[in-house]
Amino acid sequence: MSALQHFLAMGGYAAYVWPAYAVFFIVLIADSLAPALRRRRVLRELRARLARQSARQQRQPPPATPSA
Amino acid sequence: MMSDWIPLWLHKLGSPPTFYRFAGTLQPWALTLALLLGAIALYGGLLLAPADYQQGDAYRIIFIHVPSAWMSMFIYAVMGVASFVALVWRIKLAEVVAMQSAPIGAAFTFITLVTGSLWGKPMWGTWWTWDARLTSELVLLFLYLGVIGLYHAFEDRRQGARAAGFLAIIGVINVPIVHFSVNWWNTLHQGSTVNVFGQSKMAWDMLWPLLTMTLATKFYYAASLFRRARTDLLDMEGGKDWVRKTAEDEADR
Repeated sequence: MSALQHFLAMGGYAAYVWPAYAVFFIVLIADSLAPALRRRRVLRELRARLARQSARQQRQPPPATPSA
Repeated sequence: MMSDWIPLWLHKLGSPPTFYRFAGTLQPWALTLALLLGAIALYGGLLLAPADYQQGDAYRIIFIHVPSAWMSMFIYAVMGVASFVALVWRIKLAEVVAMQSAPIGAAFTFITLVTGSLWGKPMWGTWWTWDARLTSELVLLFLYLGVIGLYHAFEDRRQGARAAGFLAIIGVINVPIVHFSVNWWNTLHQGSTVNVFGQSKMAWDMLWPLLTMTLATKFYYAASLFRRARTDLLDMEGGKDWVRKTAEDEADR
């Protein structure tokens, strides 16, 4: 048996050790991705709101000085 | 007056824009340290450490199970203290820290339960048993989920944070129960192998990867909390000038 096979076999406990490590990594990767996605969404909404605000300001210019 | 005994720098750090910048600077360092220490710990635990004379290679689950279990309790304690500060002094940042800690704590508690189950099957012959240690850890998961659920049940986020913070504080009582359950009750779960104040019942070859992984999970928590808290502050303070400026500055990221 090669060294790699020996390592992967985990002394016969491969069916328990590797799933445990897989759960550890999958859960923590999910925990890292969730806030990154939320950050993108929050920034997109913020910028959309800012764009709407500046568009509104352009449509309604400050009242012009009354002409004679 | 609060300002009499809280140092000025701490006061400033509590202001959302300062914390946003501070957390943004530290976050990549915390994540780098977590990944680096985690890789070293995995190398030590999976390749260098010898097999256990009783449990063979199955014991290697310890290198993720025990650090996760410690984090499940540590994060709960942080959440409890931050909730207390938030309820008493109404500090917005404390609310953010408490509420953004909850999902990370729940993740570590879930990992603890699943890896424990995967370890229990070959060693005890069962995936689950209703003993004190396992049951109190399951209660810890339900407390985290309760805090998250209660927080999101309110239309007003600050009101939700107050209600959920109250639940978090009541639940702190469960943390010592989890910790001491192996001493207080007869249980299938083994006692502690690592002792802070005395001799640990573990060979150094096995101990150092465990402690290194513990440190890695601490840094991971810091990195994850900083990222979550920053996003939450942007969302919460939406109309403020500093957020507007941040949104424009980070437009292309």
